[in-house]
Amino acid sequence: MREKQNTLKILLKSGLLSGVIALSVSMIGMVGLFSQRDMIAGVLTLGQLLLFASPAAFAYLEAVKISKDDWRKGLLAGLFIGVLSAIPLIILVIISTLVNLRQYFVSVSDTLIQILTFNQDVFLGSILLILVMAFVGLIAAGMRYMPIKYRHPIFQGLIWTFGVSLFSEVLSERVRSFFGSFITKIMFKSRATQPLFAIVLFVFIAGITYWQQGHKSSIKDFIDNQPPKKKRQYQLIFLGIGILILIILPLILGTYLSEVINNVGLYILMGLGLNIVVGFAGLLDLGYVAFFAIGAYTMAVLTSEGALGISAFSFWAALPFCVAASVSAGILLGIPVLRMRGDYLAIVTLGFGEIIRIMANSDLLKPFIGGAQGILQIPKPSIGNIVLFKPGQLYYVILIGVLIAAYISWRLRDSRLGRQWMAMREDEDVAEAMGINLVNTKLLAFAIGAGFSGLSGAIFASKLTSIFPHSFNLLISINVLSLIIVGGLGSIPGVVVGAAILVGLPELLREFKEYRLLMYGGLLIVMMLAKPEGFWPSTIQKRELHAFQESTSGNDT
Amino acid sequence: MIILSANSVIKQFGGLVAVNKFTFDLLEGQIASIIGPNGAGKTTFFNCITGFYKFDEGSIIFNGRSLEGKSPDLITRMGIARTYQNIRLFPNMTAIENILVGLHPRLKSFWVEAILQTPRVRKEEKEAEEEANRILDFVGLSGLGDQLARNLPYGAQRRLEIARAIASNPKLLLLDEPTAGMNPKESSVMMHFIQNLRDETGITILLIEHDMRVVMGISENIAVMDFGTKIAEGTPTEIQTNPRVIEAYLGRGAAAGFNK
Amino acid sequence: MRQRFQDIDYLGVVLWLLRTGIIILVIWGSVATIIQNPYSSKTWMDFIVFGVAQGSLYALIAIGYTLVYGVLFMINFAHSEFFMSGIFTATILLANPMKASGFLDSHPFVGLGLITITAIIVSVAIALLTERVAYRPLRKAPRLVPLITAIGASFFWQYFFRGLFGSEVKPFPQIEGLIGKIPFLGTEILINQVVVIVVAIIMLIGLYIFVMKTKIGKSIRAVAEDKDTAALMGIDVDRAISITFAMGAAMAGIAGVLYAMVFRQVHFFMGFIPGIKAFTAAVLGGIGSIPGAAVGGFFLGMFESVGPSLFLQGLGIPAPHQLKDVIAFTMLVLVLIFRPQGILGERLAEKKA
Repeated sequence: MREKQNTLKILLKSGLLSGVIALSVSMIGMVGLFSQRDMIAGVLTLGQLLLFASPAAFAYLEAVKISKDDWRKGLLAGLFIGVLSAIPLIILVIISTLVNLRQYFVSVSDTLIQILTFNQDVFLGSILLILVMAFVGLIAAGMRYMPIKYRHPIFQGLIWTFGVSLFSEVLSERVRSFFGSFITKIMFKSRATQPLFAIVLFVFIAGITYWQQGHKSSIKDFIDNQPPKKKRQYQLIFLGIGILILIILPLILGTYLSEVINNVGLYILMGLGLNIVVGFAGLLDLGYVAFFAIGAYTMAVLTSEGALGISAFSFWAALPFCVAASVSAGILLGIPVLRMRGDYLAIVTLGFGEIIRIMANSDLLKPFIGGAQGILQIPKPSIGNIVLFKPGQLYYVILIGVLIAAYISWRLRDSRLGRQWMAMREDEDVAEAMGINLVNTKLLAFAIGAGFSGLSGAIFASKLTSIFPHSFNLLISINVLSLIIVGGLGSIPGVVVGAAILVGLPELLREFKEYRLLMYGGLLIVMMLAKPEGFWPSTIQKRELHAFQESTSGNDT
Repeated sequence: MIILSANSVIKQFGGLVAVNKFTFDLLEGQIASIIGPNGAGKTTFFNCITGFYKFDEGSIIFNGRSLEGKSPDLITRMGIARTYQNIRLFPNMTAIENILVGLHPRLKSFWVEAILQTPRVRKEEKEAEEEANRILDFVGLSGLGDQLARNLPYGAQRRLEIARAIASNPKLLLLDEPTAGMNPKESSVMMHFIQNLRDETGITILLIEHDMRVVMGISENIAVMDFGTKIAEGTPTEIQTNPRVIEAYLGRGAAAGFNK
Repeated sequence: MRQRFQDIDYLGVVLWLLRTGIIILVIWGSVATIIQNPYSSKTWMDFIVFGVAQGSLYALIAIGYTLVYGVLFMINFAHSEFFMSGIFTATILLANPMKASGFLDSHPFVGLGLITITAIIVSVAIALLTERVAYRPLRKAPRLVPLITAIGASFFWQYFFRGLFGSEVKPFPQIEGLIGKIPFLGTEILINQVVVIVVAIIMLIGLYIFVMKTKIGKSIRAVAEDKDTAALMGIDVDRAISITFAMGAAMAGIAGVLYAMVFRQVHFFMGFIPGIKAFTAAVLGGIGSIPGAAVGGFFLGMFESVGPSLFLQGLGIPAPHQLKDVIAFTMLVLVLIFRPQGILGERLAEKKA
């Protein structure tokens, strides 16, 4: 009896929590804005998906807690959570008919209410909402009772279908340019997938996944099973294919996507630098944007054809100076903070970043770098007489930069210096007692990290052809920090993954941009709670965080 | 030949005099110990030698050079290595990586060479790895190189810490309670290991130790510390019969240490 | 010869040069300013009073940083959002509607009281929620981890409230009875500045007494000293930490109301700069110490308000007030380099810095 009451209490709690989350995403405007993006034409919008995500997740999680045989109870729990999730939303709908909530909460618009009530009146809409939410909860809970043999393909199918639907806009443009408009029309409708195509896609992916389960072998297994000599050959072949893809990428992607890739590339470059500072050496730097700014301003002053520029340098001639300027700044700003640790370092570097931005904005330096008006007329890079003005051409400049930075990171990580950084990260005092000169080791981390960032800034300036102080605010530092954490601190491929997720996605889905930092913030918390080593962890990070989880779980029991 | 000579070293923390006019000479190739009750200032003295603390007065001369005001890394590169009372390995690095960090002062390559992968770097890294494995074998941890330091058993961690310390090829090795937390059997193994280490490499060893069996068993010279000052110095037999030492220990009810 | 070079402490030399350089710059600037004498003594007095008012706001916010740092040894990056959330909510849901309906003009102090209570409740709620979700599960994690969640929480709340109430700057209504000036030492000062200073001082003293004298305060100090031992002594550590967060957030909530009274506007990003400044104040005074936070706050406020005119004007720098944040951050850096334990430093700061 008591147990029953307890279960009921837990269900009540998570149901209401799920409802409050659904209410929150509605009230801060995410549901409203995301509803503008259709996913499956006429069937599902991103806003609805977001709304249903919370009851689905909670119903599934609660069902997992209930014993496997008791499927009736599990389904009931899902249903219950679904219904409860609808309640806060219905209260919102009812209040909004009585009071004009819009004057307080900017996002509680008529559109939002229409979305929540499925364009019906309050009474009918509320009932519909309860039914739909209950249905979602039921299905999500039901998933748990499905054998894994079926569950896995269904998840895969859903992920692919939602993924393709989400990126319909970009994909349809690509499909059109390669296969013509007829095929495009079959697959996509404006910015969404056609319902029929969505179903076909789902069945196709689910089918393939189901079939694959019987045939376990993957390419990786195949290579691993080869004799060493052959293995090396295969690895070289795959490396070659990888390089080839990187080279022809702009041709596949087209102008818009190339532009996106370029932005991602600049962030990868910065991420690789910050990865050395934070990931390898363990020095949390929140003022990292300063070096990006210094690289950009150096490029601007040296090459601009405007009033403030020297204009004597070409892009290529200026590049070494930009990197050198950032490296020097890295050392100069590094010296005062050498004796600081952890969180103090974070806040001081944050202060440095702000100082640089305020200085760039101030009247003091206005005669040199233009104050708030910035520097204009920065030429794009050129090779001979060819000006690299298209994103597809600039791509190669950025690609080379990224490859060089990644190579340097990789070599240094496995070198003596890399071990010094690692030791310093683990225990600064002991590292020093092992004969490691902390001053040099730290300054090298700051300098190399700053150099990558300066390179990125230099390319950035010449890519945009004009720069302003407001492009160099704290949020860039936070972006870069977030992306290396999401990818996995200390992991080089992790930087690429992180940049693709945190920079690439919001560029592709303009609706995301508005809530970019909200999602970054949430993501940082969720990552640290659930997957602190990131999506593509480095070995050492995995070890360390694993140790912490072992110790906490040990203490719980 | 005197390798380390401390002369009237004073170290204060606010009003507390942790090391008070401590004078001590160490001969090359010797195994010597500093003993004394908890809080007598032994570890503080170690920290003064290694540069972790800056001592307030007096002088410490190592191999003819003053250690005053030198940074810990410089002192290590001059030839002093240490271990810690509460083991301080790099827990998330493997045993080999720990030793490689210890080898650091002996490596010469520049980081730019590492990026370019010059032949010199490759050779040096290969040799370093071989050397690290050799040291690992020497301390009796063969085959544990790929284990994470924190996953090693306690005794192995102690040995690894010593391995990491001797990797820098020191002239003087400071061991802070190497047998702490060990049972009599383990500590006697450790004792023989230390003796062996000196006999094979000729390293000078200075110990802080509480286990009197170990101290009396391997030390050639013993200094007794109490309240930061040296109250006695001499061979094990001299120390065992010294009335001031017995008083210092008995007075605190710690005589049990002697009766072991 | 090579050994000789190795023996020189380059870092020490560079830092010494840095310190000397800044001292010379400050003295030179001040002397030049005094010779030029660009402002009347009344203006200087205004600067000082404004500085003290500003400083008392910093002090109130700094309390939150100091309390949490004292207990958890972490910089609670999201503290500036506790400050913002309370007053932002109270302004939108209470102050502006009350102003529109005329209630605020007819009962200014009742209204102000309601606004303050709402601000405190929201700030405390946000603080407790953040602590529960983002910090508590990570107490044993490496130090970098909770710091990252704190940064995450900070941005999350900023943009959460932006989504809720919009991104524009919202006006905070004028409170009847707090307009105007009163004569003071031959000059006049704004009444709302007096209110800010008085309220801040009362709150700071009250909090100090609370932490030092009450049982809850003692349990917090015990937890700050040693969590495991405190738990053995039967203190509910989680509860003590929650109370610490709540107290800090309540102070931030009050600071929010005072801030809105002085600057008459609120927006979602308003916490950021006061937050960093307050942290600077906490470090300046000696993080972990309540009187330190107060002293640090007042110092920083004064420096910021008087500093640009005094130090920079004389150097011929155009528009020196643009650089007041630079002065604050430079102070933070200097304090952390040369006196990491702060003015009234507690011993714990030394090892952590």
